[in-house]
Amino acid sequence: MKEIVVLSGKGGTGKTSIVGSLAALAERKVLADCDVDAADLHLLLKPRLKQETEFWSGQVAHIDPEKCTQCGLCQDLCRFDAIRDFRVDPVSCEGCGFCSHICPDEAITMKENLSGHWFISDTKYGPLVHARLGIAQENSGKLVAQVRQQARQIAGERNLDCIISDGPPGIGCPVISSLSGANLALMVTEPTLSGIHDLERVLDVCRHFGVTAVVCINKYDLNEENTLKIESYCASHGIGVAGRIPFDNVVTESIVKGIPVVEYSDGRVSQEIKRLWDGISAIIRNGGGGL
Amino acid sequence: MIISVASGKGGTGKTLVSTNLALSLKNSHKVMLLDCDVEEPNAHVFLKPALTGSEAVFIPVPRIDEEKCTRCGKCAEVCAYNAIAVLGDHVLTFSQLCHGCGACSYLCPEKAISEEPREMGVVEWGQADGLEFVHGKLTVGEAMAPPIIRKVKEHFNSDGVVIVDVPPGTSCPVVEAIKDSDFCLLVTEPTPFGLNDLVLAVETVRELNIPCGIVLNRAGVGDAGVEEYCRKENIPILLTIPLDTEIARFYSKGVPLVEGMPEWKDNFRKLFDRIKGNSR
Repeated sequence: MKEIVVLSGKGGTGKTSIVGSLAALAERKVLADCDVDAADLHLLLKPRLKQETEFWSGQVAHIDPEKCTQCGLCQDLCRFDAIRDFRVDPVSCEGCGFCSHICPDEAITMKENLSGHWFISDTKYGPLVHARLGIAQENSGKLVAQVRQQARQIAGERNLDCIISDGPPGIGCPVISSLSGANLALMVTEPTLSGIHDLERVLDVCRHFGVTAVVCINKYDLNEENTLKIESYCASHGIGVAGRIPFDNVVTESIVKGIPVVEYSDGRVSQEIKRLWDGISAIIRNGGGGL
Repeated sequence: MIISVASGKGGTGKTLVSTNLALSLKNSHKVMLLDCDVEEPNAHVFLKPALTGSEAVFIPVPRIDEEKCTRCGKCAEVCAYNAIAVLGDHVLTFSQLCHGCGACSYLCPEKAISEEPREMGVVEWGQADGLEFVHGKLTVGEAMAPPIIRKVKEHFNSDGVVIVDVPPGTSCPVVEAIKDSDFCLLVTEPTPFGLNDLVLAVETVRELNIPCGIVLNRAGVGDAGVEEYCRKENIPILLTIPLDTEIARFYSKGVPLVEGMPEWKDNFRKLFDRIKGNSR
């Protein structure tokens, strides 16, 4: 069983549109939406919810005003400025529990925190594991780890060949959690200077964690000079370019209709995504690229 | 006045809006731009600042003095992040998991734990054509953006207009970047993805009690869902930017919109006036 994660560094380059199409093209797979704080894949895959589970993670300090003598020690020692006027700001509280250990009046307790929900759904393309991080919550990396663990379990139970994950933007906690231990990272980028800048950083993250990456240049014809820059960067770093998708409003139309673009149209965009998937599945089949 | 520019969904045009707003106001106001998208900072691509200073960002992580340590296990017991473990005769620390809260060193009964700095990233600052500019960069392989964002925000200069470029999403780095703002601009696009993530972003700013308004980018394609939502929720759309290949081409080359198409300056100045009319 192989895990493919789709990342980009920069947001809005087309990760979810491409994952939606790969969902329609790939066989024997589990889908996972690892962008837990702004999940969109469900808008294309139309899931039927089978199971919803609360995700409790981390803690938040709570001060009992009856016991508190307002000595101020907790405020002095909290490094996250989470206690002001003897009240805890739950948004700033990191859940370290330092205050609860040092309060001389034992007025501070740590309460378990409901930080989100995760779901198992059926879609016409196969099972989907997805999640919703609570508003302004921490621990997105842990929720991502939970989504991946569930996806692996389903893949194991049903003897499926691969997991395709829609990853979050950025390079931090949830990205690392989506990436570590995956077999292949598909980087969706765009030919803008910001796209290139962010691609280079997320490729460095892949290298750091030893995950093989291939690149897909979305909207490549928006700036062909930048597309060449990306291709030469990839060539000089031994990274394969697995796809070049042209800009076409048909992608937006398919999102509005809530249908993966390869099912909505048979035009150039869809042809290129099919070629992209053929390339990725060959890499997986041949065990190439260190798989 | 502190204006943060956020979005929920990535790639909707936060950096486009924050940099062009800053450039449009710099002749009439003292303007500072803080790029708090420390995982993937991009504002410098457009503003090309001359950097004049930098500061590494550290978090304090524990260092155990094995001589003094009695393996009592108090540190492992109090660490909420499993960053310390006592295994037989050794105390192991996992500095990647440490949040730097300081509980272990404070509570060690033997005073066997000191703290040493671990570098997580860097904050850099300078001038960009009359603008004050600050951004942070998380080191590749590091997970925690909030300590870097906190450092960037220490540069807040309250006597002018401060524009904060926020990372995408709705989780802790976003909250860290937008809290303390007087107004939050939410940049979105007229698609079901844009709407879905806008709703999450609105919930986030409401949770933080910050007034907000919308910039609708790439208008002209997609559907009317965002506008219907804004009407229903009574959230003002303060600026509409059309889907336009010329705008996209300037963006792709790292050219600020107001330089490529100077007529846009006026639109961003009007945006600022509308923000003032809607902020607290």
